[in-house]
Amino acid sequence: MLLTVTTTHQPATDLGFLLVKHPDRVHRFDVPTGTAYVLYPEATDERCTAALLLDVDPQRLRAQHDAFSLGQFVNDRPYAASSLLASALAKVFRSALRGASKDRPDLVATPIPLVIRVPVLRGTTELATRLFEPLGWSVTATPIPLEASLGGDSRYVDLELTGELTLSAALNHLYVLLPVLDDAKHYWVAPDEIDKLLRSGAGWLADHPDKVLIARRYLVHKRAFLTTALEQLEGDEADSAIPADPELPVARRRPLAEQRRDAVLAALTEVGATRVLDLGCGGGALLTALMKDRRYTEIVGTDVSARSLEIAARRLRLDRLPERQQTRLKLWQSALTYRDDRLRGYDAAVLMEVVEHLDPPRLPALEASVFGHARPAAVVVTTPNAEYNVNYAGLTGMRHPDHRFEWTRAEFADWAARVAATYDYSVSLRPVGEVDEATGTPTQLALFTSSPSEVTA
Amino acid sequence: MIEIPELALVALVGVSGSGKSTFARAHFKPTQVLSSDYFRGLIADDENDQSASADAFDALHYVAGKRLAAGRLTVVDATNLQPHGRAELVRVAREHDVLPVAIVLDVPEALAWERTEARPDRDFGRPVLARMQRDLRRSLRSLAREGFRKVHVLRGADEIAATEIRYERLFNDKRELTGPFDIIGDVHGCRAELETLLERLGYTLTRDASDRPVDAVHPEGRQAIFVGDLVDRGPDSPGVLRLVMGMVAAGHALCVPGNHEQKLARKLNGRNVQLTHGLPETLAQLELEPDEFVASAKGFIEGLVSHYVLDGGRLVVAHAGLKEAYHGRASGRVRSFALYGETTGETDEYGLPVRYPWARDYRGSAAVVYGHTPTPKPEWINNTICLDTGCVFGGALTALRWPSRELVSVPAEREHYAPVRPLAAAERPDEGLDLADVTGRRHLEYGYGRATIAAENSAAALEVMSRFALDPATLVWLPPTMAPCSTSTLDGYLEHPATAFDDLRQAGVERVVCEEKHMGSRAVVRVSRSGAGDAIWTRTGRPFFGSPLDEQLLARVRAACAGVLDELATDWLLIDAELLPWSAKAAGLIRERYAGVGAAGRAALPAALDVVERAAARGLDVAGLRDGLALRSAEIDGYTAAYRAYVRPTDGLDGVTLAPFAVLAGDGVSYASRDHGWHLALADRLVAADPSLFTPTRRMIVDLGDAAAEAAATEWWLDLTATGGEGMVVKPWTGLKAVDGKGRLVQPGVKCRGREYLRIIYGPEYTRPEQLDRLRRRNLGRKRNMALREHGLGLAALDRVAEGAPLWRVHELVFAILATESEPVDPRL
Repeated sequence: MLLTVTTTHQPATDLGFLLVKHPDRVHRFDVPTGTAYVLYPEATDERCTAALLLDVDPQRLRAQHDAFSLGQFVNDRPYAASSLLASALAKVFRSALRGASKDRPDLVATPIPLVIRVPVLRGTTELATRLFEPLGWSVTATPIPLEASLGGDSRYVDLELTGELTLSAALNHLYVLLPVLDDAKHYWVAPDEIDKLLRSGAGWLADHPDKVLIARRYLVHKRAFLTTALEQLEGDEADSAIPADPELPVARRRPLAEQRRDAVLAALTEVGATRVLDLGCGGGALLTALMKDRRYTEIVGTDVSARSLEIAARRLRLDRLPERQQTRLKLWQSALTYRDDRLRGYDAAVLMEVVEHLDPPRLPALEASVFGHARPAAVVVTTPNAEYNVNYAGLTGMRHPDHRFEWTRAEFADWAARVAATYDYSVSLRPVGEVDEATGTPTQLALFTSSPSEVTA
Repeated sequence: MIEIPELALVALVGVSGSGKSTFARAHFKPTQVLSSDYFRGLIADDENDQSASADAFDALHYVAGKRLAAGRLTVVDATNLQPHGRAELVRVAREHDVLPVAIVLDVPEALAWERTEARPDRDFGRPVLARMQRDLRRSLRSLAREGFRKVHVLRGADEIAATEIRYERLFNDKRELTGPFDIIGDVHGCRAELETLLERLGYTLTRDASDRPVDAVHPEGRQAIFVGDLVDRGPDSPGVLRLVMGMVAAGHALCVPGNHEQKLARKLNGRNVQLTHGLPETLAQLELEPDEFVASAKGFIEGLVSHYVLDGGRLVVAHAGLKEAYHGRASGRVRSFALYGETTGETDEYGLPVRYPWARDYRGSAAVVYGHTPTPKPEWINNTICLDTGCVFGGALTALRWPSRELVSVPAEREHYAPVRPLAAAERPDEGLDLADVTGRRHLEYGYGRATIAAENSAAALEVMSRFALDPATLVWLPPTMAPCSTSTLDGYLEHPATAFDDLRQAGVERVVCEEKHMGSRAVVRVSRSGAGDAIWTRTGRPFFGSPLDEQLLARVRAACAGVLDELATDWLLIDAELLPWSAKAAGLIRERYAGVGAAGRAALPAALDVVERAAARGLDVAGLRDGLALRSAEIDGYTAAYRAYVRPTDGLDGVTLAPFAVLAGDGVSYASRDHGWHLALADRLVAADPSLFTPTRRMIVDLGDAAAEAAATEWWLDLTATGGEGMVVKPWTGLKAVDGKGRLVQPGVKCRGREYLRIIYGPEYTRPEQLDRLRRRNLGRKRNMALREHGLGLAALDRVAEGAPLWRVHELVFAILATESEPVDPRL
């Protein structure tokens, strides 16, 4: 991977003094992931270019990981600028980065005309521009195309920055922003990373419009680190500066999630359930609410994903609950397409936003296992109302990439009626969320109760 | 000489010093004896710590329960002088449906005291012993009442010392009888149909002076087994009884009782029973018979054993079926289950009891054959079958031939009795799968080997299976992973045909077929004449492209398969194939990973070279660096060429082809034992039928003794891989079931990948000598074990599909393949 710094400051070869690397020699450094070279493809009084070339040894890079992953063997690390290059830059140009020069102490603080080129860098034109332009650079970031047979662009750009800045500022920008664009670090990020960020960001980061994004990515999305860094950048305003997660779509469904949960809880209250199943409990959002209500004496959360259950256990602090609380809650791995004897004999089962994650041909298996085999006295099902989707600006397709279908109100009603008839339940449908005249509510809920004859039998 | 059942819970009863432990040592294996002293020691480090007794007995009962559940004789060495303690033992025995037996050692108190005093660890006084003695006297009176089925009282040291134990078999244990059998369903007084059926089965009827059949003999010595319900409703219950009693007496038949016999016997014993369900007809018919006949019929019924375990344990016959835990057990509830089945306590709209579908949960290896529930057509459900085809209701009388499992039926001559509820189709066998059949740590014996699936691998597979895979009823097989050939030491090669041939030679294979390895995505195709249940799925069981492309693709495959379906006389086929090009399915992966790296490399390396060249032009010494970059540049070009070879434009199905290489199974048959000549000939037929859809597989047959043939195949491989081919797979010619000298499965194939192809696996620069040296240390053992295990599981799944095994039996294997795939293994292999 490669980075070149060109100046037309007169005499241009002063660049060698600033970098403390003589233009007429090839400088070679051993770095942990390979060999770094500094060499000058041109060095005249008019124009001088220093190149930092990092020859990555994939073997040594690999030695830092041990998990089996194909990505370890075929990856872009030898070619794309990343934290590897930033680390090499910090090592090789240490004093220039600090803004120190024995030979040209005055020039250090003088903005000089600079052209920086990074031929291969992960990122988009838009992001590169957003990051560098506020710092006084004029940015050209040209996407690198994939081969014609595949068409389209790769996720790399060829970056050229032009501007009149001090060399030290330029190097510090690169040191921070190369890994930010790459959005990864090749080493374990410890708390001292915050200091590195603050040191290199001194004088420019605090005023950068995208400082939150920069800090977040630089600190590899570790929230605690980010908070500390932002506090130090701007004092008490830190909290307000951190939006929930600006890189994800804005969570407009949050209030809906609450309304849905409340509707489910109301249905459970209505049927007087005390021993309940949350089938497909995921990370345990509903379980938390159930645990808070003492009327639920036995709460079982099931999910097919062992990982989700771990998250739920952590969220509910299962291992730290008092014994009496702990025995109220069970978390089991189960799959709704298999019958599971453990799930028989409960008052109610909740399928909150679950059915739409199943391929339609597999629904009968779910119906048989839940309504046929587990046979709780009541079943609460919620699912999106597809008709309502037109109210979500910018939504194309379904609400979640894993949704296999989304039902209209009529489709849901048909399904609920058929299931109720097959398995001897009665069903009532109710809307959840704000009502739109034409399209109904965002969520629809069905409450199945086993028919009274069964209950008395 | 005392007799105890082979499977029993034996309680030794006696005071301290009566010689229980000595007796136990003399007659039983140490592991059969659970001593209360020993368990007190386990719990409290002191065999005499009475405060630990409650916990010690808890543990003892627990262990006794585990032993009995596994069918092992268990002896409890404790004083057992207290009724509440003995009641626990009776409970444990009943819980496992074994007979509780008591052996009482009754020695004079003086002798017991002498022995007790001699033991340094016994420090209780004579009054305690005297109290024990009183307890013993009391116990002797109540043992039988407490539920001990046999009570043996041995009096005095001499009798105890002289006692020998003989084991008696349970009446239901007929494992030594191996048949062949003809198992006959509910007759219900349909004598004429029974005669016809017996003759159809090849029996010769013997008749008495009045021309009534009294016996039937099969010339080949076959034995009939009646599943009960001989009587009631039909026109001639006495006639049926006479014939069956004669056959049983002559040893030509066995018979288990049905609930109707049971009720008849109760009536004949003067008990008050409801005169319903055809009993009045039988009573009226018996009125016409002499008293001796009625008496002998009563004796016959009372002598019937509720179920039989036959043919080395492979066959169980009981009137209403029997769950596995009850096989070969004896208790009231076992008898009740065998006679009446398990009911849910509810009644249906005709007022008849709703039966619990025990067969749905049956997971035993013994076939259970039964009657009791009229059904229009006998069907195997989880290795159980009901033979009651409602003859008396105008259905048919059915027999199952064992071990051939062939069904023979004769239709009823007329409707002898109007059914209470219509003889509708049997409740559809619930094919729903039970989570317990796939999750947790599982041990599988699958005929080609045995495997233990770790619980975490099952957990991982469960997610894939239930969130992404096709319906398990469709997904009857998954392709096994394939190991590469042993690592080559030839200069510049990691894999080479020479080591592939060596691998198979060492496995004892004489002839191999080298098949071109297509670089695409594995696809398993199921097509049928009707199109119902057709599917195409990936390595992990997911629908291939999804709707509607899959349906369109399947329609074309179906059309091309028509001739082959006819020729193989099957309604459906399972085809193993590679779908091409790679980019059709993996476009995202190629763009993100492979092409992205290529683009980055092709941009970065020339830029670096340019810098270095210009530095060189300034007179700097950068020769080494330049050479290094030039090499890298060539390597990234090689890498790019490697993945580009598998990228071709496709639009929908345009440009998509399938390269079939094996036809795995059809209706009732696994083709795994066919040689690859057969498989490839069928593949060629498909290519001929639709050349635009199917891609042929190039191949070469090599006899491993023939050096010239090996050299030619090596040349062929070099050509293939030089022009962008991935490489080849070398397979034993004899097919998927090839075995080595010891009869063990050999790898169904080893892959031998091309030098250039491997750049996209091991990285562009892997061909450098120092890298190759390092890579040569790769370890293939784990991958080979996985490949072989998955292969065996897959073969077993195909066998089970062919024999019509219940879905869970197929699914547990397919699931195990998926679970095995989640074991961590070097993905480059």
